[in-house]
Amino acid sequence: MSSIGTGYDVSVSTYSPDGRVFQVEYAGKAVENSGTAIGLRVKDGVVLAVEKLIQSKLLVPGSNRRIQSVDRHIGIATAGLLADGRHIVKRAREESQGWRDIYKQPIDGPNIASRVGDYIAAYTLYSSVRPFGVSTIIGAMDKTGPKLYMIEPSGLYWGYHGIAIGKGRQVAKTEIEKLNLAEMTCREAVKHAARIIYEVHDDAKDKEFELELSWVCEESGGFHQMVPKDLVEEAEQLAKAVDDDDMDDD
Amino acid sequence: MMSTVPSELPVTAPIEHRFDPYVDNGGTLLSIAGKDFCVVAADTRLSEGYSIHTRYVPKSVKLSDKTVISMGGCYADCLTLTKRIQQNMEASLVAPMWYRHAHGKTMSTAAIAQMLSIMLYQKRFFPFYSWCILGGLDEEGRGAVYTYDPVGSYEREACRCAGSASSLIQPFLDNQINFKNQASERRELSLDQVLRITKDSFTSATERDIYTGDYLEIFVITSNGVELQKMGLKKD
Amino acid sequence: MDHFPTNWGNPRNEDGESYNTYPMASNKVPQGVQQIAGYGHASGHPTTHTQSPVVTGTSVLGLKFKDGVLMAADNLASYGSLARFRDVERLHKVSDFTVIGASGDISDFQYVKHLLDAQMIKEYNADDGHSLATPHVFEYLWRIMYNRRSKMNPLWNTFVLGGVHKGENFLGAIDLKGTPYQSPSIATGFGSHLATPMLRKALDNAGGSENLTREEAEKLLVECMKVCWLRDARSSFKYQIAAITSQGVSISEPHDLRPLTYWEHGRDVRGYGA
Repeated sequence: MSSIGTGYDVSVSTYSPDGRVFQVEYAGKAVENSGTAIGLRVKDGVVLAVEKLIQSKLLVPGSNRRIQSVDRHIGIATAGLLADGRHIVKRAREESQGWRDIYKQPIDGPNIASRVGDYIAAYTLYSSVRPFGVSTIIGAMDKTGPKLYMIEPSGLYWGYHGIAIGKGRQVAKTEIEKLNLAEMTCREAVKHAARIIYEVHDDAKDKEFELELSWVCEESGGFHQMVPKDLVEEAEQLAKAVDDDDMDDD
Repeated sequence: MMSTVPSELPVTAPIEHRFDPYVDNGGTLLSIAGKDFCVVAADTRLSEGYSIHTRYVPKSVKLSDKTVISMGGCYADCLTLTKRIQQNMEASLVAPMWYRHAHGKTMSTAAIAQMLSIMLYQKRFFPFYSWCILGGLDEEGRGAVYTYDPVGSYEREACRCAGSASSLIQPFLDNQINFKNQASERRELSLDQVLRITKDSFTSATERDIYTGDYLEIFVITSNGVELQKMGLKKD
Repeated sequence: MDHFPTNWGNPRNEDGESYNTYPMASNKVPQGVQQIAGYGHASGHPTTHTQSPVVTGTSVLGLKFKDGVLMAADNLASYGSLARFRDVERLHKVSDFTVIGASGDISDFQYVKHLLDAQMIKEYNADDGHSLATPHVFEYLWRIMYNRRSKMNPLWNTFVLGGVHKGENFLGAIDLKGTPYQSPSIATGFGSHLATPMLRKALDNAGGSENLTREEAEKLLVECMKVCWLRDARSSFKYQIAAITSQGVSISEPHDLRPLTYWEHGRDVRGYGA
């Protein structure tokens, strides 16, 4: 890498001569090595899915959640350093409650994205701190409908119809692009999300994984919650079947 | 020159209104120590003025197999204090260590008694409005009664009644338990006799004290542990 | 610049700002010193505490019955003797199996609702299969009320909490001094004088709340609300009833007490009305 040894990559408060901040780019590397996370914004809600790689067989199933609730109507999925992800979620919860304290209303999508985005961006400005090694997907339902955002380690964020981060993001994004998200319901999106996660998972190279699936939609009453067990099982079975077919084709 | 202030006008102080954090919720408690047992009893009425908030609220709490605490006065204070005693028996705030976790044993009656005194005195300038009686068995297995004032003065006695009907019951106990003003010699009373005196005390106090009534809870502490007896009192 | 990231985005602590070159005008008590009335605010105004309620709600009634708990309260918020707001909801759903009813200061009630909501969201976010049930909310509310009274700055309310938890019906109350108690029937404020005797009598006659059907309990509660409306000058005819059973919470639309009373005799009395 051209940055190493130049001295321009040791601090987040030093630019390289061509205007880059290498520490932020390195933070991006932490995300690229993580299990894939995707978000789909469809007609009636948002679906989040995570390929949670199991670091050890000794871990209790369901531990180290990577999708968490921030408020009743907001969910966050992260890819990258697990602890950084938890810190982001903690901050997002404070922002969300802080908004309620002042306005007595649930915070809406653009505002929670902005608050969390600004917070992450602040960590790219000072030599005393390290940028977050996570990309953050925010799914929410507010007054005007479903919202989906993704924030990069730089603090840059956009609203998306569909997004993927982590190891399998390229393949996942290609798959997402094929979907007709605007016409789709969450129930369908759950199946696609599960299928894509199974598809991008590399059985040969990677450890085993747990599929985390959450949604916030009309069917869940505007609540962000883990997708009901029976739906997950159905989606997983379909995903496995499709995945096996693909293998046969190869 | 004449004063501009008419001297005949009465001087009035500004009307001050201050929140009173205390309330007397009434209730009577009693404890009698025997040779190898201890009885702790309290009614269950919770009042405020002429209103009865509820007919049943426990005023005594079992702290261990050897100790029972009973409190009357401001119920909110009493409940808070009880909670803090229980917390301290696990994790002591008075001594900066966890008693049970530090010493691997339950606090003795005497240790709880001393701790309660400190806890009350720590709030000397914003006291818990609570009349406390601690009943139980001491290290030798004898009945023990400790009584307190709201700021932590305490002593060990043979018997004590506190709370709203204390002035009615205490003289009776002085006479019947401590044999005051009696010609007969002092003698040890059996558990049965003590229970009869306890029940008579409360049924009589209920007749005259509006803050005492509804139900009576009697904790009997022996080497076998703590047994709770319940009895009805008049509800009027 | 504060280089401690956890402080970013939070309000600045003027006392703790060791590099502050522009101190804001304040008569703050030094850090660590307890707040004394007359000091302690950057605005220069003295610390003030609530000495009396402002906009208030009157009685809340609660009654246990066989399958749950019923609660009732009218929809009036008074400003002294002025009937200021006539469609205020004083029964509030806290969770799937808990309802809070408030008498006393309405703004304090709104604040408490907010506290409870924040607590419920925390619990929701944890997503660990646990949720705060009525006894837990009761304990929490008790600590809030007791701590505020201990600061000599009480929340000027009596709250009634009704709910169902693990097959047991729960009905309790907490006042501004932090006195918590439970009872098969509860009535706050004027209701404690007007409704409590009716409720206790009915419970005694039935031989306990477990012998009271929902229909009987509801009829009784409406009768109590009627008496309260007729004799409590700070009450309204518009009221709501909440029911908490194992099926969950239902808070009714506002009902009207007026059709249950008869005023026509006034028409024929000379000098009475028109």
